[in-house]
Amino acid sequence: MATAEPAAQTHHHEPQSFWTKYVFSQDHKVIAMQYMITALIMGFIGMVMSWIFRIQLAWPDHNLPFMRFLMPTNMESGTLQTPGYYMLVTMHGTIMIFFLLTAILTGGFGNFLIPLQVGARDMAFPFLNMLSYWFYFLSCVVITVSLFVSTGAASAGWTSYPPLSALAKATPGSGLGQDLWLIAIALFIVASTMGSLNYVTTALNMRTKGMTLMRMPLTVWGIVVAAVLGLFAFPALFAGAVLLLLDRHLGTSFFLPHLVLGGEHIVRNGGSPLLWQHLFWFLGHPEVYILILPAMGITSEILSNGARKPIFGYKVMVGSLVAIAFLSFIVWGHHMFVSGMNPWLGFAFVITTLIIAIPSAIKTFNWLGTLWKGNIRFTTPMLYAIGFISTFVTGGLTGIFLGNSALDIPLHDTYFVVAHFHVVMGLSSVFGIFGGIYYWFPKMTGKMMSERWGKVHFWLTFIGSYGVFWTMHYLGFMGMPRRYFNYESFQFLPPSMHALQIIITISALVVGAAQLIFVVNFLYSWLRGPKAPDNPWQATTLEWQAPTPPPHGNWGEHLPEVHRWPYDYSVPGASADFVPQTVPVEVEPSGEHHRRAVAVNGHTNGHSNGHHA
Amino acid sequence: MKLSSRQAFWYAAFLLIFTAIAAYTVANKTWWFPPLASVQGGEIDNLFMITLVITGIVFIAVHIVLAYFVWRYRGQADRKAAYVTHNTPFEISAAATVAVALVILVGGGTTLWTKIQSPPPADAFTVEVWAEQFRWTFHYPGADGRMGNVDVRFISDDNPYGLDPNDPYAKDDIFATEMHVPYGKPIAVILRSKDVLHSFFLPHFRMKMDVVPGMKTRMWFTPTQAGVFEIPCAELCGVGHYIMRGVLTVESPEQFNEWISQQTPVGMSQ
Repeated sequence: MATAEPAAQTHHHEPQSFWTKYVFSQDHKVIAMQYMITALIMGFIGMVMSWIFRIQLAWPDHNLPFMRFLMPTNMESGTLQTPGYYMLVTMHGTIMIFFLLTAILTGGFGNFLIPLQVGARDMAFPFLNMLSYWFYFLSCVVITVSLFVSTGAASAGWTSYPPLSALAKATPGSGLGQDLWLIAIALFIVASTMGSLNYVTTALNMRTKGMTLMRMPLTVWGIVVAAVLGLFAFPALFAGAVLLLLDRHLGTSFFLPHLVLGGEHIVRNGGSPLLWQHLFWFLGHPEVYILILPAMGITSEILSNGARKPIFGYKVMVGSLVAIAFLSFIVWGHHMFVSGMNPWLGFAFVITTLIIAIPSAIKTFNWLGTLWKGNIRFTTPMLYAIGFISTFVTGGLTGIFLGNSALDIPLHDTYFVVAHFHVVMGLSSVFGIFGGIYYWFPKMTGKMMSERWGKVHFWLTFIGSYGVFWTMHYLGFMGMPRRYFNYESFQFLPPSMHALQIIITISALVVGAAQLIFVVNFLYSWLRGPKAPDNPWQATTLEWQAPTPPPHGNWGEHLPEVHRWPYDYSVPGASADFVPQTVPVEVEPSGEHHRRAVAVNGHTNGHSNGHHA
Repeated sequence: MKLSSRQAFWYAAFLLIFTAIAAYTVANKTWWFPPLASVQGGEIDNLFMITLVITGIVFIAVHIVLAYFVWRYRGQADRKAAYVTHNTPFEISAAATVAVALVILVGGGTTLWTKIQSPPPADAFTVEVWAEQFRWTFHYPGADGRMGNVDVRFISDDNPYGLDPNDPYAKDDIFATEMHVPYGKPIAVILRSKDVLHSFFLPHFRMKMDVVPGMKTRMWFTPTQAGVFEIPCAELCGVGHYIMRGVLTVESPEQFNEWISQQTPVGMSQ
């Protein structure tokens, strides 16, 4: 799909002042870095929150006097108070899901990679793109401010189920903190919508000559499909947030029936808390795919590069991304099997949910197929990409338990669920993000990150994360409910659960310490790291053909022209083990046209290498 | 390429060690479900074990293959990767295998779900439950043997459980802070909330149902043993969520009758 370049775009006016260059920039690369750094800071806050509540869960009698400086109202005595605990778990979830993962994967990687990987000079709507970041920034400010209001931040869980989230009297955080939570989410949705419109439009309309849809790298596919999900799913939560604000302040009854709270009648009529759950999960389930699809794309990209082999089953990979995205819209009820929703609806949701296992399994086979007969380079990005296969499989398989309504009955709202979604959606997307940062950092900053410290960071994170989240499955078996401040009131939990709690917390602190290594590596490398070559990983995709770091407008005088698909690694007869997409087929052979013949025969071209497994 | 071999070795080793620890602790049931106490829970546990075997095989197989590939195809300077782009027959057969496993699981799951969600047997013993921040109250019929109507609208200082003043059956109803049920019958539970969401969780019976203001939700199960069991709340309901504890005593019909006869009716008689 070749697009003639509009005359106006050939001479991009490079911004001159500090403000237009670094702050109110309309350059997709600057906006990407703004998104990425803001999201990482938010993620850091979310992680510190998890340290504090993990300490509470492992050592309920802790005494940390220095903490009163960080949390004056909730840790005045050095011991975490109950309202503070609920505030922390709520804000940890909210910040991690929306303000870290969603923001960095679409706003960060989407912004940086889409124009560079499809050969565009910038996004389709640069001004909208800038606005998207600033709305996101504003939403971050609002959610951060909410931590400091006198009644405390929202504490009804990241799912904010009413009535707890609808009535100020129901729980301390349901005052101004909950209003700010709803406003922040609404602002975030505005930001995400503006960004997603850009990502989809740019990928559809601004591809350079020769860049057909089926020549787009899987990263772009993953991010664009996630953006489409966001465009369709986020409005449901936006509507929910507005309705909940009305219920809170104007006495409407969308989510509230008549109820008695603390002896006082709250006279409302006809509303149902289940309506919120439907609206929330209509976003909430696609949301987890908004996080995982870009991470799948990034992982596919890195695996192919690191194995020096074409991605296995490119077309099927694209097809399964789209299939997963479609299915994600019709499975939300699996969060509600025991919610009071008509149990017969459970049938449909069991079936649609378990069908997702098929495209997910195909993707897993294809990642393994990519490694098969490869020549693997163990770079830091590759370590993360291989780790992604492990975490995605581990977390995906536990989803087969929870997606089956009968098994969900005992497991629902226990630590088994916490373990499941952290492994499959939290860890896996974080692995995609870290892999992606180590991989594209050289192009973003023009500097190389330390591989040695990258590997230390990876190993501590990988081992520590399984220490945290694998262990949680056992607590789930025991029937330990989530969102408990402590477990001292209950005897059915065996004493060995204390040991598990301590293992989890120590592992979490180790993982936390590892992230400090990452921060130092990131900042030090940016300032002092060795200069990066244009194509340090010997990769095929377009962004590596741009100068490092790419200037405003990305490509200098002429747009690149694409002659082949993005995975020409180890092409038989080629002079190197990678052929960039810009190299004409007359110069180097391409596997794109005879890839079918090669695959159907099930064996490789004999003279390409001497290796047979 | 020495570094590559070292990385490959440790990577493969970690994957195998992790898989071995995970498989051993699960197979050994080192940390496991609480002792089973209901018929339905037994069926859920059976389906759980079938699912565990199927997913366990996949988990172990994928990790062994991954570890093997990481080691076997570690980078070497004198070697080039194979140019293989796809293999359609392999993809189709892999997808078909997964589909077959899913048919088994979906079949077992939906059959069991139907059983559990069908109306309780006619001889079931019914208990109604009020949930509120942060306690459970259990509602039994009085001497007339009929449960009176309750509604949140009727709640007042004099009528804390919202009994219907116009319902003659409500006059002698019993409200207790503990749940007692006679052994030998299916137990049906009707759940109501006065204020926010709660969830009635019986870990030993493998049962759980949310309690939703403005709605009646239901569950039923058949105890297989007598004893005293805890009822944690499983849906975040506020700052006291973690102390919202109920107690369920399953006892012989004689013991139950003795217990219920000691409860004072609080109905509308006052």
